[in-house]
Amino acid sequence: MTITKSYETIFILTPVLSEEQAKEAVDNYRKLIKEHEGKITNEEHWGLRKLAYPIQKKSTGFYHVLQFNAPTTIVKELEIAYQRDERILRYLTVTLDKHALAYLEKRKERFGKKEPKKETAI
Amino acid sequence: MAAEANEVRYLTPPPIEVKKNKYCRFRKYGIKYIDYKNPDFLKNFVNDQGKLLPVRITGTSSKYQRKVAQAVKRARHMALLPFVGDLLK
Repeated sequence: MTITKSYETIFILTPVLSEEQAKEAVDNYRKLIKEHEGKITNEEHWGLRKLAYPIQKKSTGFYHVLQFNAPTTIVKELEIAYQRDERILRYLTVTLDKHALAYLEKRKERFGKKEPKKETAI
Repeated sequence: MAAEANEVRYLTPPPIEVKKNKYCRFRKYGIKYIDYKNPDFLKNFVNDQGKLLPVRITGTSSKYQRKVAQAVKRARHMALLPFVGDLLK
């Protein structure tokens, strides 16, 4: 029986991409999670956002957050996929404990109500 | 004469600092998880050069100071907080 844990992964896509390329890039990570019978619980798309310091000579990037619970073997696959994909500037995968989950529940309502920041036109 | 000398009376009483004892805001407000995704909240734990503030200034308990440190480092990794540089005051 594989142990499933709840994870949260966040990654930054290069701003060079157009909107639908960004969506497509996010989609194949959703598919990857589904392949490993993970279940996505929440998703946030922050859109284009200014970086605090330039990464690979770029100063803005598309942020995307995925919260899901999946078997523990998924993290290795996910990180390999991130490294291989050159559209990703930076990624981070974090396990969530019960306090985090409780907090994220509250944040989901708040985030849902407060309509996410309008993406600036690229 | 000498007695008056040392008994100096100030026009305005010197402002003696009332010792405001610091409290750990996480324990007080029952915050259990520090989210690394919102940099505005983390900015109160970082000085204007982007460095982490010590416990003697922020007054947080060590358990939550470690969580704050980890959250700030994650935010720096994800370019939400600068490693160095002047935060907008």
